[in-house]
Formats: sequence, C-alpha cells, structure tokens
Amino acid sequence: MHIVVCIKQVPDSAQIRVHPVTNTIMRQGVPTIINPYDLFALEEALRLKDRFGASVTALCMGPPTASESLRKALTFGADRAVLLTDRYFAGSDTLATSYALSMALTRIGADYGTPEIVFTGKQTIDGDTAQVGPGIASRLGLNQLTYISRIVETDLDAGRITVERRAETGTQVLETRLPVLVTMLEATNTMRRGTVEQALSAARAEIVTWNAADVGIEDLTKCGLRGSPTIVKKVFAPTARTDKAEIVSNEGSAETRANALIDALFARAPGVEDDLYARAVHHYV
Amino acid sequence: MAEETRPAPARAGGRANTKKELPEHFKAYKHVWVAVEIEHGEVHSVSFELLGEGRKLADKRGVELAAVVMGDDREALGAAASACFEYGADCVYIACDPALRHYRNETSTRVLTDLVNTYQPEILLLGATNLGRDLAGSVATTLKTGLTADSTELAIDEEGSLAATRPTFGGSLLCTIFTLNFRPQMATVRPRVMAMPERCEGRTGRIVEFAPQIVEEEVVTKVLSFIADRDSDKAALPYADVVVAGGLGLGSAENFRLVRELAEVLGAEYGGSRPLVQKGWITADRQIGQTGKTIRPKLYIAAGISGAIQHRVGVEGADVIVAINTDPAAPIFEFAHLGIVADAVTLLPALTQAFARRLRVNKMAS
Repeated sequence: MHIVVCIKQVPDSAQIRVHPVTNTIMRQGVPTIINPYDLFALEEALRLKDRFGASVTALCMGPPTASESLRKALTFGADRAVLLTDRYFAGSDTLATSYALSMALTRIGADYGTPEIVFTGKQTIDGDTAQVGPGIASRLGLNQLTYISRIVETDLDAGRITVERRAETGTQVLETRLPVLVTMLEATNTMRRGTVEQALSAARAEIVTWNAADVGIEDLTKCGLRGSPTIVKKVFAPTARTDKAEIVSNEGSAETRANALIDALFARAPGVEDDLYARAVHHYV
Repeated sequence: MAEETRPAPARAGGRANTKKELPEHFKAYKHVWVAVEIEHGEVHSVSFELLGEGRKLADKRGVELAAVVMGDDREALGAAASACFEYGADCVYIACDPALRHYRNETSTRVLTDLVNTYQPEILLLGATNLGRDLAGSVATTLKTGLTADSTELAIDEEGSLAATRPTFGGSLLCTIFTLNFRPQMATVRPRVMAMPERCEGRTGRIVEFAPQIVEEEVVTKVLSFIADRDSDKAALPYADVVVAGGLGLGSAENFRLVRELAEVLGAEYGGSRPLVQKGWITADRQIGQTGKTIRPKLYIAAGISGAIQHRVGVEGADVIVAINTDPAAPIFEFAHLGIVADAVTLLPALTQAFARRLRVNKMAS
C-alpha cells in the first residue's frame, strides 16, 4: 500500500505582521511550519502505515526552503519526501496548484507505485480555501472524500474504504472505491512524536526534488500566474478597529460587577437583550 | 484565490490574465446563479443569504437571478423553489433524481457542471459550507475556471466583472479577486456573512426542469447512513447565536462547569480555547479558533481566554464579544467590545445568577 500526503509549508500565523505602508505580508524572520491541518492528514497516513505496513510519501510544493517541512514529515515517520519546486509555479492560484500537484502525483505513481490514498488537510491556514484537495481529486479522477472525521474501514483486497464525513448537520457514513483523495478534518487525531532513529535518518535523508519539467509539465502556461484564472487585483489591510474594549469597573461584590457587566452589555447591544429575553422565555417554558 | 498572496510576484509575473478580452465562447455566458444547498429536505439559510446578494449582482448586471435545486423529493424541491422565488430568484432549475437523495460530490458535480455547460451562467455562487466547498472545488476544477473561497464582499466593478473580496492569512489581509478570462466567475460565501434578504410572500418565477439521468449503479460512492447532530451530543457551534467559552484562566477542569452553567442559563452553546482540548477539559468538537470552529454568534462571552491570534480569527465575526480576564494587558481586550478585568472563577457564578434572575423577571413581566 502506498499513501501520499500533500503538505504545505506556511508562515506561523501567530507571527504574521502586515507592513503598515505597503500592505504586504512581512515574511522576513517569520518562522514557517507545516500547515497544522496537514498534520492530521499525516498522522492518519502513519496510522495506516502502522496497520498495513504502507509506505508514506510526503509531497510539498513550494520554494526550496519548504524542504524543512518535508524533513519534519520524515521525522514523524514518512518514508519519502518529494519537493516540487520551480520559479514557474510562483503566484499559482488553487487551479494552477492542483495542476502542478497532480502532475507530481502522477510521477510519484510511476516511480514509487500508484497511491491508494492521497491525503491532505482540509485547508491551509494561509490561503484557507480548501480547494486544492478537490482540485487534485478532480484532475486525477480520484474519489473525493473531504472533511473526514474518521476512517472506519480500509479493505485493501476489495479496494474499498468506509469513512465518516462531517456534513453540515450531521455525519455521513460513506463507502467508496480506492483510490481516493481524503481531506482530514481538524482535531481528529494527535500527531505522534517521532523516534530518535527517525529524527537521525530524516536529517540524512535525501529530499527528492523535482521541477516542472521533471513531472512532465510541458505547457508552462498552465503554471503559476499564467495558469491561474483568478487574479488578485488588490491587497489591503482590514480597517483596524480603533475602539478598544469598553472596560467595566471591577469594584464591589461579584454580584455588583456581574450586574454592571450586564447593564453595559444591554446598553451597548439592545438587540442582544431582546434576543436573550426571547431565548429565556423559550428556555423556561 | 492565489495561494501566494504576495503582491510582488503578482506584479512581476507578466499578468497574462489581466487582459480584459473575454474569449469568444464565453461571451454568451449570462445571468447570476446560486447553487442551493439542501440537506435532508431543508434549505440551508446560506442559500437564501446568497440569493439576497445575487439579486443585487443580477440587478447591477441587468440579468436574471437563478437558483439550482437538486434532490430526489419532488415535493421538497417544489417547496424549495417557491422559497427561492420569494427570496429573489427569477428562475429555478430543478434537478430531481433518486441518485440525488443525499449530497455526494460525484453526482452533484456532474449535475451542476452539466447545468452550467447547458445554460451558461456568468456568475455562480455557493455557500462556503462543507458541502459548498466540496462541490465548488470540483466544479471549478472540472470547468477550469476561477473560484474565490469564503468571500466576505461581492460587487460588480465598472467593467462588469465580479469582484470578490476575502480575508487571507488568517484575516490579517484582505484581497479582491477577479476571474476575468473564464466563465462562470465562481465564489463561495460563509453562512451569516451576508444579510438574510426580506422574504417576499407570493413572489414567483419560471421553473426549468433538468433531467440528470444518473444511473445509481454507476455511482461509485454510496451513503451508508447519516447520523444527525440532533441525535448525538455534537456541539453546534458554527450556527449558535450565543456562545460562552472558557480558557486556561479557569484554572481547573472542574471549574469548566461554570462555563456550562452560564451557557445553560443563556440557552447558549459552549466551547473553549485550544489548550483546554489538549488538557482534556473539553472534547475537540468544542474547540473554538483556528484549527477548531469558527463562530459568528450575536453574543460571545470569553472567560479566562487570553485571546491569541489563533483564537481571535475564530471569533472575530461575533457581533458582540465580552471578555473576562484577570490580565488587563491580555490581547483579548484588543478585539473584545466589552471587558472586565476579573477572575472568571468568581465572576462567572455571579454572572450566571444575575442573568438568570433578570431574564426570569422579564419573562414573568411579559
């Protein structure tokens, strides 16, 4: 069994600052991490590896420095790391990204065996689109399973998989045929700590590095900015809120303070007051 | 949406797509569409919100607003269509087929792309729900067109193109995105971002029946069962009007009950910050913030939560944020509307009692 996990290296959101004049993201010195959502995908893949002895390949598209994230994936227990990097990929939107990744996945399939499952996180914390997973599935004709909260059963002999999928008002139990693309829901598992041996071998491991030509991309107009139907015309910082929180006095008994807080709340938002009354009527009936 | 939103490469890269000459075969694309989300016979409120927004776009463009409804129950679809007319649609495409009983990516993608290719809308909007994002991603890739996720503002620019504005990098930046050379121009919008339009009783329109002709035996993915949230103890945080949450400031797992008690009195949902999940005080489905739930309640009360950026991005959409924290320098006071510098453990019980008394008094008076 072969599993590929698509990960992205993203800036640590807690450290992101916007340049006050140019409105650009100030990346200098901002630490990068593996997109946190992708760790749920990687852990799920490693669990299948534990169970079925699968081999796990981590795939990342990004600048050469994204090899750090791939090395990290190796320390957690991935068997192989592939970096897809090319200046022609710069400025890719989700359609161009899913194109490049699907070409890389095809080469991975040819070189290391066709994956039964391609995993990824439900979205990234920088782009937040949740579109690349479905894009890959569509392009490669994989059965698409998004927002998966649990893999119930994987039957390799029958080539089938049963999963629980988070729907809007409940949980769908779906069964489909392998190969599939799975995007894992957040908080579905906890990433393991890698072993010392894994850390040591990851430090020495070769990161397989491919460019556009290596994965068989001949038409560069499908890549990067030129291959992106969406155009970012304007980037701007949200209007900063100038009003700080109204602070209610912290004097008197807890009861006095609680009532002062409620008074301030109802004065500020009469709509909330009405709404709470309406709910309370319902609640106490 | 550009994965890399650095404006620098965007300027340096030649901007092949900014040329505003729509290819000939796309010029026939006209009208604004909303793909309506129906789960178990019920239309999701986001679809009506999108019809309200779509109406404005269609009027600005001088075109029709249409809704697409898919399902297997003729009667439910008819009712959904009537509701769509009352919320502003001029036309409703109905796709009724037993294979469309439950949402499945495979079947819905096929039907929606077939409809788009047949009737050629210039704009296609979907809810940014798990269903809408699942479907929009596949449809956009199949059609090889642009899709802007989680738009917070939609407008028509002076040249008649859809301008979709969305937050990126966890809300630290906004960008306005266009799909100039491809059709349809697609966007998703999260629930409760756009206002619910007025319902115009008795308003009606044109119905177009569309026969999907799906052979169930050929559909690979099967829905084995559906476990509704109301039948389980799952938190319904994303749609809650009132949410109370706790953080490490509560001091102990035992004290978390103070949050639950206030939530109980307010008829609210409850949750907590990420460290509480890690400590096992609450279950993961109640985590609020980045990598947890994003909430948009009318009232959000945060008790003992410091307000790190990861928490902030998950709650910023709340109408009113009330913060209780012992540290006056806690970041939560930067984005809360109302705050009190106090120990949540002593204040919460008093707050619960005060709310209970005041809401009960009012009930008896009314």
